[in-house]
Amino acid sequence: MDFATLAPFLVGVIVSGLVLGFVYAIIALGYTMVYGVLQLINFAHSEVFVTGAVVGFEVFRVLGDSPMNGYLKLLIALLAAMLVSGLLNVLIERLAYRPLRNAPRLVPLITAIGVSLILQDLIRIIEGFQGRFDLTYRLPEGFSTSFCGAESSCAPIGKFLGTVGIQLQLKEVMLVVVSLIMLGGLNYLVNYTKLGRAIRAVAQDRVTAGLMGIDANGIISLTFLIGGALGGVSGVLFGLKFGTVNAYSGFDPGIVAFTAAVLGGIGSIPGAVLGGLVLGVIQNLIGVTNILGNVLGLANLGVIDSSYQRIGAFLVLVLILIFKPTGLLGRSNTEKV
Amino acid sequence: MKKTSILALTLLGSLTLGAASAQTTIKIATLSPLSGGQSDLGTQIKNGAQLAVNEYASQFKRLGFDLSLVGYDDQADPATGTAAARKIAADNSILAVVGTLNSGVAIPSSAALAPSHVAMVSPANTANQVTDRGLKNMNRIVARDDAQGPAGANFMVSKLKVKSVYLLNDKTAYGEGLAAEVKKALQAKNVKISGDEGTEEKSDFSAIIQKIKLTKPDAIYFGGIYNQVGVFLKQLREQGVTIPVVGGDGLDSEQMVTIGGKGSDNVFYTTVAAPAEALPAAKTVANNYSKTFGKDIQGFGLFGYDAAKVTLQGVLAAIKANGNKLPSREQVETAVRKVRATGLLSGTVQFNSVGDRQSAKMYIMNINNGKFTLDSTISVKAPTQ
Repeated sequence: MDFATLAPFLVGVIVSGLVLGFVYAIIALGYTMVYGVLQLINFAHSEVFVTGAVVGFEVFRVLGDSPMNGYLKLLIALLAAMLVSGLLNVLIERLAYRPLRNAPRLVPLITAIGVSLILQDLIRIIEGFQGRFDLTYRLPEGFSTSFCGAESSCAPIGKFLGTVGIQLQLKEVMLVVVSLIMLGGLNYLVNYTKLGRAIRAVAQDRVTAGLMGIDANGIISLTFLIGGALGGVSGVLFGLKFGTVNAYSGFDPGIVAFTAAVLGGIGSIPGAVLGGLVLGVIQNLIGVTNILGNVLGLANLGVIDSSYQRIGAFLVLVLILIFKPTGLLGRSNTEKV
Repeated sequence: MKKTSILALTLLGSLTLGAASAQTTIKIATLSPLSGGQSDLGTQIKNGAQLAVNEYASQFKRLGFDLSLVGYDDQADPATGTAAARKIAADNSILAVVGTLNSGVAIPSSAALAPSHVAMVSPANTANQVTDRGLKNMNRIVARDDAQGPAGANFMVSKLKVKSVYLLNDKTAYGEGLAAEVKKALQAKNVKISGDEGTEEKSDFSAIIQKIKLTKPDAIYFGGIYNQVGVFLKQLREQGVTIPVVGGDGLDSEQMVTIGGKGSDNVFYTTVAAPAEALPAAKTVANNYSKTFGKDIQGFGLFGYDAAKVTLQGVLAAIKANGNKLPSREQVETAVRKVRATGLLSGTVQFNSVGDRQSAKMYIMNINNGKFTLDSTISVKAPTQ
């Protein structure tokens, strides 16, 4: 195999890794928001994310037959998922974390895992009652159209992209666009609004912020609402990209996204995005290592097939934590000595 | 003092029991996934067995036994299955088990049942290991992977005329074993293996699909179950790869089409459980099934029915050998291994010394436009021991 066939292949792998990375990035934002404010790792976030995916599935199922515009259906799915997941996250905080806010750090961590397990089975029961387990998205026609490569019917630009290895489907482009809108919106909210300043103040020092007239509990609830809404969006995007979701689908992407948040520097919004993208690409590259090994004549690489994708992510995490413990974009916290 | 009271209690207990029902209860259990991602196949097995039990209940009644079926859920998970097997072993009224769906579950749970001599008749397990361990209680009425693998490989070479194949498996005892058999058979026919890997991934197959596109195989073989393969197929076709995909009996579910959508076109699979159309006698049972359960019967429903019939004929033989009295589990175990079961949908069943069916059939099915059609039928013999 020569360079001319290998180059587009690598570009394709990296591009699909970036698309996957955007899903991770949005999930990672949910972890990072909550951590930033409460120093709590919300392990139930992966189920908040699955809840969003389930809501999205239900919207597409109910609207499946209606002649409504596909983009409108997607918008309704996104809004419904944001609402349900956001409120769910607020509820989780109110019932499971707030009563334990002054307990040792380990306690809310364990509760979070407990909440996560409860939610998994709840989702399974609710969908199971209707005889469903693997929920298959009924996406509108045309969402899966690809900006094609070699076919003659392609637009010239699509043909060009195809030859350099970029082959995207309409839904993947939508995924990236929605992610970017979410990122931009969140960045604006946190950095340029009064509300954002309040969130940052509570994150820095809850008690002092309270003395300055900020309703700390309200702000914390709001942070959970935003984090949950982001989880809901990522759930719909996950369903959009992969087509199928079930009650237990949250675990794998959840743990990778958590890793992404730590990799980028937990608590940092751009860090979470960077971490997600890096892990998406690394995962896909590790998935094709055996082919690269064959091409480069390194037979030993042949054993590293796609089943090692996840381990790769954690390997990177370990390396980063050894050499830059604060993560890629994290700052060390000196004010809390 | 204490001993006498226990004795008295036991006596009293058995007296009241005896008075409450003159009939002795015989239970048959099924062990299959009734919940979770593979519940579609597992429920078919249980329902099929239920039909057989309904059919035989009157015959048992005449001999003085109440026959009933209990369904246990293994969730397609070895640990859950083994725990359920222990519960079955503890219930002395259960004389035999029909199950399981997954070889990975059958292997540990039959081992858990072996010390208490509970006979097991499998309607679905194909991994060689299931019977190769030579357990006295484990039998199966379907062909083995060392028959299923070559059948799939032969089909790809002779019908699809492949020169290179990309192999995938789901890293379970079933998928890995099947893909290994296919690989052996393909290599013997000088077919190039353009890739061979296992994946537990359930949602993101992008890296694998990129590799498939790069290596340009003529076909893909996936040793896996429909809930994973369906997702893979969907993404594969969306990426513009239209080559045939071949698999084993794990794809034998209507859910394949629900999950894979248009992606499940141009898919072939070998199955040990025949479609109703291939079994002339199946019509009545199929009607009965849809009347009782409000759903259409599929291959594993038919084989659940057959496996339960083999089991029940074995139990009947054991009752007869025991002078029309309740046989022990050990007697049932021996009788099932020796049974010559007749009147089945898939023909006469006789087991060899390790519990493999002496002559089984393989079917090759094709999915196109959401329809399942029978492509061809192959007879296979159990390997000589």
